[in-house]
Amino acid sequence: MTDTARYTRADFQTDQEVRWCPGCGDYTILASVQNFLAELDVPRENHVFISGIGCSSRFPYYMNTYGMHSIHGRAPAIASGVAAANPDLHVWVITGDGDALSIGGNHLIHALRRNINITILLFNNQIYGLTKGQYSPTSEVGKRTKTSPMGSIDWPFNPVSLALGAEATFVARTIDMDRAHTAEILTAAYEHEGAAFIEIYQNCNVFNDKAFIELTGRETRDANRIYLEHGKPIVFGKEDDKGVIVGPDGAQVVDVADVGIDRIQVHDAKAPEPGVAFALSRLSVGPHGPTPLGIFRDVSRPTYERQLTDQIAQAQDRQGPGDLDELVRSLGTWTVE
Amino acid sequence: MSEETTADTRPEPEPIDDVVIRFAGDSGDGMQLAGTRFTASSALFGNDLATFPNFPAEIRAPAGTLAGVSAFQVHIADWDILTPGDSPDCLVAMNPAALKANIGDVVKGGLVIVNSDAFDERNLHKAGYETNPLEDGSLESYHLLTAPMEQLTKEAVQGTGVKGREVLRSKNFFALGLMSWMYQRPLDPVIDWIESKFGDSPVAAANTAALKAGYNYGLTTEAFHHTYSVAPATLPAGEYTNITGNQSLAWGLVAASQAAGLPLFYGSYPITPASSILEALARLRNFGVRTFQAEDEIAGIGTSVGAAFAGHLAATGTSGPGLALKSEALSLALMAELPLIVVDVQRGGPSTGLPTKVEQSDLLFAMYGRHGEAPLPVIAAATPSDAFEVAIEAARIALKYMTPVILLSDGYIANSSEPWRLPDLTRIPDLTVDYASGPNQGDSFLPYLRDPETLARPWAVPGTPGLEHRLGGLEKQDGTGNVSYDPMNHEHMTILREEKIARIANDISPVEVFGDQDADLLVLGWGSTFGAIRAGVNRARKREGKVAHVHLRHINPFPANLGDVLARFETVLVPELNRGQLSRLIRARYLVDAISQSKVQGQPFKATEIAMRIMQLLDGKDERS
Ligand SMILES: Cc1ncc(C[n+]2csc(CCOP(=O)(O)OP(=O)(O)O)c2C)c(N)n1
Ligand code: SF4
Ligand SMILES: [Mg+2]
Repeated sequence: MTDTARYTRADFQTDQEVRWCPGCGDYTILASVQNFLAELDVPRENHVFISGIGCSSRFPYYMNTYGMHSIHGRAPAIASGVAAANPDLHVWVITGDGDALSIGGNHLIHALRRNINITILLFNNQIYGLTKGQYSPTSEVGKRTKTSPMGSIDWPFNPVSLALGAEATFVARTIDMDRAHTAEILTAAYEHEGAAFIEIYQNCNVFNDKAFIELTGRETRDANRIYLEHGKPIVFGKEDDKGVIVGPDGAQVVDVADVGIDRIQVHDAKAPEPGVAFALSRLSVGPHGPTPLGIFRDVSRPTYERQLTDQIAQAQDRQGPGDLDELVRSLGTWTVE
Repeated sequence: MSEETTADTRPEPEPIDDVVIRFAGDSGDGMQLAGTRFTASSALFGNDLATFPNFPAEIRAPAGTLAGVSAFQVHIADWDILTPGDSPDCLVAMNPAALKANIGDVVKGGLVIVNSDAFDERNLHKAGYETNPLEDGSLESYHLLTAPMEQLTKEAVQGTGVKGREVLRSKNFFALGLMSWMYQRPLDPVIDWIESKFGDSPVAAANTAALKAGYNYGLTTEAFHHTYSVAPATLPAGEYTNITGNQSLAWGLVAASQAAGLPLFYGSYPITPASSILEALARLRNFGVRTFQAEDEIAGIGTSVGAAFAGHLAATGTSGPGLALKSEALSLALMAELPLIVVDVQRGGPSTGLPTKVEQSDLLFAMYGRHGEAPLPVIAAATPSDAFEVAIEAARIALKYMTPVILLSDGYIANSSEPWRLPDLTRIPDLTVDYASGPNQGDSFLPYLRDPETLARPWAVPGTPGLEHRLGGLEKQDGTGNVSYDPMNHEHMTILREEKIARIANDISPVEVFGDQDADLLVLGWGSTFGAIRAGVNRARKREGKVAHVHLRHINPFPANLGDVLARFETVLVPELNRGQLSRLIRARYLVDAISQSKVQGQPFKATEIAMRIMQLLDGKDERS
C-alpha cells in the first residue's frame, strides 16, 4: 500500500463518460467528492463507493476507486457487509431520495442505528430522476408529477428528522451549489467514526428544477440559509439579524433584536440527546423559508465493526483460535472399535 | 447405575434388533428434551440411530389440544439404519391429545405407555375424546401400559426444593427414566447432562429424582417387567458424534472457510427451520466467524454480497419465504460474479405454509427463481451429516467459479440427527484462492478477464492497490467489465454466464448406481429422501425385485454421466416431497418418461411407501410381459 498519496482530482476520475443531464446537480457533487478525496492522504484503493439505483447511483462508475452499483435501495446493506468484513476500508454509500427512503428505507435506518462505519450521501432532488419524474418520498404534498396529476397526497419524509429518529450519530445537510460548505461537511463526516448521514439538496434540472431555489437564488439565499455551527448561537440573514430559539413548542425563527442574543439557541451538535437537533430539523418543510444547513448531530458511540472485531478478539483470548478438531467433538463423541 | 437398581431378579430383557420409539406430549411437556436425552444415551451405548422431531408451529398452542402436540421419534438399532422409522413400535403419550394425534401411526400390537394422570375429563374433552380410551377398549389392539406419572413425579421430587408449577416440570424425566428401564439404557449419561445443565440446583435434584423414580417404577412394577435390549450396532470403526443437519451445515461452512484460508461471513435473518445455523455460527466468534443478524433477508444477502466483494467466504441462509426476498440480490451476485453460498432450508409452502414441516418444494424456485437468464449451481444435502460435506462442496464451487451457489437442505435434515463418523479433517480439499494482485493484461487490470478453463473472473478485493474497479448490475462488457448496452455483447455475456455454470458438470463426481446394475427400474432421488429411498429399495430387493438407486447431490448442473445412466433403465421413478419438480427437470433435460412419486403432507417418506411403489411398478411390468 502507498503510505503517502498525493492525488489530484484526475486520479479519482475514470475513463467512463459521465452521463448525467447537462446542468444536473450530480456533477457538482461528483466534483466536490473527487476534490475532497484528492486532498486526503488516504490511498485510493481504500475507498469503496456503494450505490443503489437512480441517476445519483451512477456515481461509482465515475470514481476511480473500488465500487459497486448495486440494486435499488440495498446499498446500505451491501456497504454494511463490506465495512463489517474489512474495517480498514472507508465505505461510502451513494443514494437518492427514492433509493434511500422509499425502497431502501429499512436498510437506511438499520445501518444508522447500528452505527456502522459508513458515510452516506443522500442526493435529495425530491423526485425520481432515473425513471423520469414520478414523485418521491421527499416530494412536497400537492406536487404534480406524472404519477400525481392531481397533486401528491403523500406526506413527505424529512430525511434529517428521519436520521435523527434512527439515532444516527452524525447527521448533516448541505446543498450541491455550496461547494465550500459541502467540503466542510465531507471532512467532518469522513472523520466521524460510525455511520455518517449527509442529506445533499441536489437540483434535478430536468424533472424538478428549482426545487431549492429559495436556498440558491441570489435574492433569497441569505435570508433562508441557516448555517449551524457547533458552539455558536444560531443566527442567520445578511446581518445576522435573525436567530433560532428552541422552546417547549420546538424551534422558532425570531428577530434577534426582539429577544436578545442571549436567548438565541447555541448550537450543540454534541448533545447526547437528539431532541434539540430534531426540533431544528423541523424548522422548514419543503424546504421553504429558513432552512438549517450544517451538522445537526455529531456524537460518538462504539461502531458496529469495532464491537464485532472486539468480540472476535475476546473469544479468541478466552477460547483460543478456533480448532476444527475440537469443534466437531464439542457435542461429545463415542468410539466404535 | 445407582445402588437400588442393581439387585435384579427380573426376567432377562428380550433382545431386539431395532425399535422405533415416539415421545409425545404437549409442547410444554418437554418431550423434545426427553427424546434427545434418550437418543444421547443410545448413541453413547453404541446403537445406530436416526431421529425425527416433529413440533407444532406455535410455541405454545393451547395446552392439551391436538394443535399443541409435540413429538420426538427415535429409531435405535444394532444395525446400520437409514431412517427414523416408518411407524413407532412404542408410543409414550403424556396426555390424551398426544395419544389421539399419534396412535394411528403405532404398529398394531405396539407398546403404548400413557401418563394416566392426564386423562381427566377436561383433557379428554380438549382432545375430542367422548369416552376415555384407557377404559373404553379402543386400544385393545395395542399393548397398553399406564402409569400415574404426575402423582409419582410429585412424590419423587419432594424435598428437592422445587415448588408450585416447577414440580410437574420434571415429569418428562420420569417418562425418560421409565423408558430407560424398558429399553435398558444407562441413566448416568442423563444424570451427567442434568448436572452440567442445571448445576447444583433444586431443578437438577428434582429432575434426577424423577428420572430415577421412573426407572425404579419400571423395575418394581410387574406390568413393566417385559424389557428390551438393543445391542450396539456394528458401525464402521471410528469416532462418532450425534449431529443434526443445521449443526453440521454450520460446521461445514467453518471447515470450508479454514480450507480456503478466508474468514467466514454469514448474513442472515431468523426463520424456521434455518435459524439454528445462524445461532450455531454466532457461537463461533473465536473462529473469526462474523455473523450478521440483518434487518431482513434482503439485507442478509446484501451484507453477504458486500462481504464477498471484500474478500470473505460469504454465506447467507434462509427458508423459502426468505429465498423469495433474496432473489434480486442473488441476481446481482450472479452478475457481479462474486462467490456466495445461499442456503435454503426448505419447509412446507407456499407463503408461511407449514413452517415447521418438511417439503422439497423450492427446487424449481432455486433453479429458476430469478429474473433474466440466470443459471446458478444448485446442490442438495441428503442427510444431516452430509450437510457438512455439501457445505464444503458449495464453497468449492463458489470460489472456483466465482458464482453464487444455492445449497438446498430442508426441515427434516435441519432438525433430525444421526451418528456421524468424524471425517478425516486433513482430507478436506484445499480451497485456497488467489486474490488478484496485479495487472492481468499489460499494465491494466480487467476485472472480467476470464480463466480459460473455468471461465471464472479474477477476485480483486478492495484495499489492493492498482486494481480499483467497479462492479454492478448493469450488463458488462466482456473483459473490461465496463457498462455495455451493445446487443451482441449482451447475448455473448448471457451465453458465457450459462457456459460457466454448465462447465461445472465436468468438475463434479459422476453419479454412482446403487443396487442392481442390471435392474429395469431406477429410483432417482435428491435431498433428504435419501434414507427412505435407500431403505425402500433395500426392502424391495429383499423381496427379490431388482432395483437401483441414484441419489443426486448436484442438481445444476447435473453430473455429466446422468444421461447415460438414465438411458440404461426402462423405468425411472422419482420420489419427491413436492409435486414432481425433479421429475420435470429430468423429463425436460433427458426426454426420459420419469414417473413422479409425490408426497406433500409435511412429513418425510416412509420406506414402506417407496417399497410399495417399487413393487407396484415391478408387478405391473410382470403383468404386461
Ligand atoms: C426493484 C426496482 N424497482 C424499481 C426500479 C426502478 N427505479 C430505478 S431508480 C428509481 C427511483 C430513483 O429515484 P431516486 O432514488 O430519487 O434517484 P434519482 O434518480 O432521483 O437520483 C426507480 C423507481 C428498479 N431499478 N428496481
Ligand atoms: S434526470 Fe435529473 S437527476 Fe437525473 S441526471 Fe437528469 S437532471 Fe440529473
Ligand atoms: Mg431522486
